[in-house]
Amino acid sequence: MDRLKVATVWLGGCSGCHMSFLDLDEFLIDLADRIELVYSPVVDVKAYPAEVDVCLIEGAVCNADNLEILHTIRKHTRVLVAFGDCAVTGNVPAIRNQLGLRNDENVLQRAYVEGAQTNPGVPREPGIVPALLPRVMPIHEAVHVEHFLPGCPPPADRIKALLTQVLSGTEPRLEGAQLKFG
Amino acid sequence: MAARTFTIDGKHVSADESATILEAASEVGITIPTLCHLDGVYDVGACRLCLVEVTGVPKLLPACTTRVAEGMDINTDSERLRKYRRMTLELLFAERNHVCAVCVANSHCELQTLAYTLGMDHVRYEYTFPRWPVDNTHSLFGMDHNRCIMCTRCVRVCWHIEGAGTKNVSGRGARSQVISDLNQPWGTSETCTRCGKCVMSCPTGALFAKGVTVSEMERDRTKLEFIVTAREKKQWIA
Ligand code: SF4
Ligand code: SF4
Ligand code: SF4
Ligand code: FES
Repeated sequence: MDRLKVATVWLGGCSGCHMSFLDLDEFLIDLADRIELVYSPVVDVKAYPAEVDVCLIEGAVCNADNLEILHTIRKHTRVLVAFGDCAVTGNVPAIRNQLGLRNDENVLQRAYVEGAQTNPGVPREPGIVPALLPRVMPIHEAVHVEHFLPGCPPPADRIKALLTQVLSGTEPRLEGAQLKFG
Repeated sequence: MAARTFTIDGKHVSADESATILEAASEVGITIPTLCHLDGVYDVGACRLCLVEVTGVPKLLPACTTRVAEGMDINTDSERLRKYRRMTLELLFAERNHVCAVCVANSHCELQTLAYTLGMDHVRYEYTFPRWPVDNTHSLFGMDHNRCIMCTRCVRVCWHIEGAGTKNVSGRGARSQVISDLNQPWGTSETCTRCGKCVMSCPTGALFAKGVTVSEMERDRTKLEFIVTAREKKQWIA
């Protein structure tokens, strides 16, 4: 049987969900035999591959780069999993939305001008620093998402439960406390 | 005092005519999800989580404020009810700012627990991200309006168990909010006795004891039960 082509990606998040993924410990060894990790912060592949079976997406959609890669992922991936609370709800990155639903300028002013002790000024480096989106979105507001894996971060056993279901070809279905936010 | 006989989820049940559907159900071990109901204070039917179906009645009825009647055929669980309960929960999450990961009530929150128990894996509505303040002016307690679901449990315990009447509701719709006295900082309230019953009654992270941080706000409802028992039975027993 062909190994499942799996990708993981890190958008506007703290990498905690990926750390939790590494907490899978010896299950990672099982996983290595059954999947091919084709794209991830932990493998050295620069471009998102053409055909991916499953992609775990950590983080909220915060800037133009996040949105662009998310659309690329959707185009080339069969199953998207919102991986962790930032991807599922917006979570902490979306707290800036309380400054207004078009808050990109406010938030930069607040951080780089009002809060600056030296050299106040909003950094603008087109092509290098991606522009902030007017507001932060959970990923399902930007693209269709098949499965949701909540938690901040989702504990390793929860990731394992979902991956095991995906690998066995059954429709992933988390229930009860496995769906707890936070 | 007259008994009524009826069915809940096909089970034959009898209860006093004064009983609500919620009381009758819990008597026979059937759990109906609730958020605004709190044992010991009167019900207001604010949250709509406890909606049930009654055969012959086209609309859904709140179990906490509907009295039982002879021959009622009550259904507490169906596709339709699950659908509405989940919608109600999602609306509560979309209406204010719930960031469980950094909330004082994380892991001890009735809203959060209900959400996962009822299978809410994400919120389909757009979050509104309103701007709400945190009132930290009281010497012992704080109120974070971002986490409030307007269940009014705090208002009811403040008026009807403590008898202080500090907490109230002002405003309408999505802008309604819990206030202290004449809509003033809680710390300047002249009526608050600093009893903490409101904090004990709150199902979410909206009311908290000062000094607690993420996940630390655990409530001891037996403290409320103790007083309710004292009032109802005129006895100081735990
Ligand atoms: S009040 Fe409950 S649901 Fe809201 S953020 Fe806090 S833990 Fe989460
Ligand atoms: S502490 Fe007691 S008196 Fe003060 S607002 Fe809360 S319930 Fe009312
Ligand atoms: S502060 Fe707590 S108890 Fe009071 S209405 Fe809000 S959620 Fe309910
Ligand atoms: S518990 Fe019945 S409406 Fe809230």
